[in-house]
Amino acid sequence: MTTHESPTPAVATESTGVAHHPSHPAPNPSDAHGSVYDALLGGDPSHWAFGTDFEDPLAGVDTTIPQGVGGEDLGVYCLMLADDALIASHRLSEWSSNAPDLEDDIALSNIALDLLGQARLLLARAAAAHPALVPALPAGSPVPPEDALAFFRDDRAFRNVRLVETPNGDFAQTVVKLLLFSTARLALLERLRGSRDHVLAAVAAKGVKEVAYHRDYAARWFVTLAGGTEESRRRLVAGLDRMWPLRAELTTAHAVERRLAEAGVGVDPSTTEAEVDVVLDQVLAVAGLDRPERSPMTAVDGRLGRDGMHTEALSRILGEMQVVARAHPTGRW
Amino acid sequence: MSEIRAEWPLYEVFVRGKRGLNHVHVGSLHAADPETAVRNARDVYTRRNEGVSIWVVRSADITASSPDEKDPMFAPSGDKVYRHPTFYEIPDTVPHM
Amino acid sequence: MSTVTPEAAPDAEALQAQFDDVIARNERIEPRDWMPDGYRATLVRQIAQHAHSEIIGMQPEGNWITRAPSLRRKAILLAKVQDEAGHGLYLYSATETLGTSRDELTEKLLSGAQKYSSIFNYPTLSYADVGTIGWLVDGAAICNQVPLCRTSYGPYGRAMIRICKEESFHQRQGYELLMTMMQGTDAQREMVQESVDRFWWPALMMFGPPDADSPNTARSMAWGIKRNTNDDLRQRFVDMTVPQAQVLGVTLPDPQLRWNEERGAHDFGEPDWEEFMRVVKGNGPCNAQRVAHRRRAWEDGAWVREAATAYAARSAVLGASREGEER
Repeated sequence: MTTHESPTPAVATESTGVAHHPSHPAPNPSDAHGSVYDALLGGDPSHWAFGTDFEDPLAGVDTTIPQGVGGEDLGVYCLMLADDALIASHRLSEWSSNAPDLEDDIALSNIALDLLGQARLLLARAAAAHPALVPALPAGSPVPPEDALAFFRDDRAFRNVRLVETPNGDFAQTVVKLLLFSTARLALLERLRGSRDHVLAAVAAKGVKEVAYHRDYAARWFVTLAGGTEESRRRLVAGLDRMWPLRAELTTAHAVERRLAEAGVGVDPSTTEAEVDVVLDQVLAVAGLDRPERSPMTAVDGRLGRDGMHTEALSRILGEMQVVARAHPTGRW
Repeated sequence: MSEIRAEWPLYEVFVRGKRGLNHVHVGSLHAADPETAVRNARDVYTRRNEGVSIWVVRSADITASSPDEKDPMFAPSGDKVYRHPTFYEIPDTVPHM
Repeated sequence: MSTVTPEAAPDAEALQAQFDDVIARNERIEPRDWMPDGYRATLVRQIAQHAHSEIIGMQPEGNWITRAPSLRRKAILLAKVQDEAGHGLYLYSATETLGTSRDELTEKLLSGAQKYSSIFNYPTLSYADVGTIGWLVDGAAICNQVPLCRTSYGPYGRAMIRICKEESFHQRQGYELLMTMMQGTDAQREMVQESVDRFWWPALMMFGPPDADSPNTARSMAWGIKRNTNDDLRQRFVDMTVPQAQVLGVTLPDPQLRWNEERGAHDFGEPDWEEFMRVVKGNGPCNAQRVAHRRRAWEDGAWVREAATAYAARSAVLGASREGEER
């Protein structure tokens, strides 16, 4: 994805007069009206500190599947990382227009956008690694494979951990959830930068910078709420109690993750546990809080989110997320 | 400490667009403390790759020149054209000027 | 902000003359300049209404973020709604330079003392509405906003430049979505036309009542706060939009719409101003819902804002005492 300043010259500058001008040139719709503003700025736009070009994180990356790893394993592994990001992003996006203040509305949307970007790259990688994972659509459907994976898979085919699908609750609970999630994901992505799969390595390299910020955001708010008012501390502790049982799943390895780790392509999340614990203990210490004494949430029939076994929340999320796409399986967006 | 006011104080935000440029004033925002103000500025004012460096300062901490921003403070420099390079006429044939 | 004041204050007449002179020279008024009370009040009212419109305007489109039908559209929409939060924030900042805080204005929005653009009191009923809002509503907003980049009040004009710069993607994403949908299925094409049918007249109403019924326009124009009349901007919008609709392949729902060779402009029908007034007065389909949503977010966030303030105060005290120990 690239955006850049339009090189087109100004379409029309506004006249300052008060007189009525019945006629105005009808601009060609392909003209960037951004150029009108460029003309307003006059000489040197660097005075405004406007944005610049964006980079394609996969530019020049070797996309061949590394040897010694099964396509299906790689595909499913990518789904795990992708679905965590996609569902976490969905929940965070629910904060849009609902956050405590505008500054945090914008910050939460930024985090949701980062994770959505990670999900998109990872879903595309999953589809490339193992096309059979992609749900079948009517002949001639223009839906790209990453969208088919996001919008036409049923809940049991989603591989995300249960933590990310839990309802947002209040801001404190969201902060706790984001802290637990981003701490684990950062530790994982840092290691994944060394993946033999160049695409995963590139996604991880980009993701590390993003998720480091997410963790910082969550940790700062965690400490702030802990040391803020009585009410904020009470709410934070309640959120911590509620989310803590879902923490263990983040560092529990699935068989696919272990196989990918052995092949030098993936990361066994259980190897990050000690580091994750250290970080969480640091944040808890600064906040003056103890680890909750809460046992991990049990699996269902021995299966966790990584196995496609979820809480009741996920099928509701998907019911909402997929409703438009599924109503138009041959639609173009 | 006086009573707690829920409205966060206002900060002015300055962004360096890229290396080699000055920080420029881009706007303001609210934050409870300066560090959060920097974070907020990153989210609010650099969503489009706008900057490589951010300064924030409490709006209340700015001391400004006289209200009408002219005359005794600035008029004296208005006529010192000799401070500006364009004041000096040099033939186009002289290189490297 | 404190000020170094070297001179005794000049008298009111001189100040007024100085102000008038700045306006006449088409220069900008800056925050600490003297300005007539009416100018200040008009600015606060206009900027606040604009800021509120951005913030309330997050809701109709935000309604579709969790249902966006592709990952690309989801990212675009989320980024767009986020921009609106940013634009509201820039504009509230501009009012702070006039001595009015964001909290004050939020209270006025929630109490109904200040308005926002009526267009956001219409519901969004299909994903095509995301495109139509981008194309028509943002298109109309752009007609209103581009001239405001040259408004006489400096901070407002600078906020508008940043906003317009960022808006330059909003209208395009909307039009592009509609173009893409028009190349899709019959059901999608119907969805687009139905959406355009619903939003066309409300979009025309966005420019405000006809000039004859707009008592504040003349004064705002004399002060350089407003740069064009309502009817002037409405005409410009229609003339811009007609060829865009042709390229798109949709029909604008106005049987009177036709090119007038003599005027060199399009003739078009009259919006239903009675409906406009009903919506302005609070009886639109979504007025109550929009304000209730904003109120809930604001009130639910109160404990968070208080916590951050309390934490900052405590840290400042702690930091100061630590510094003291080191000395």
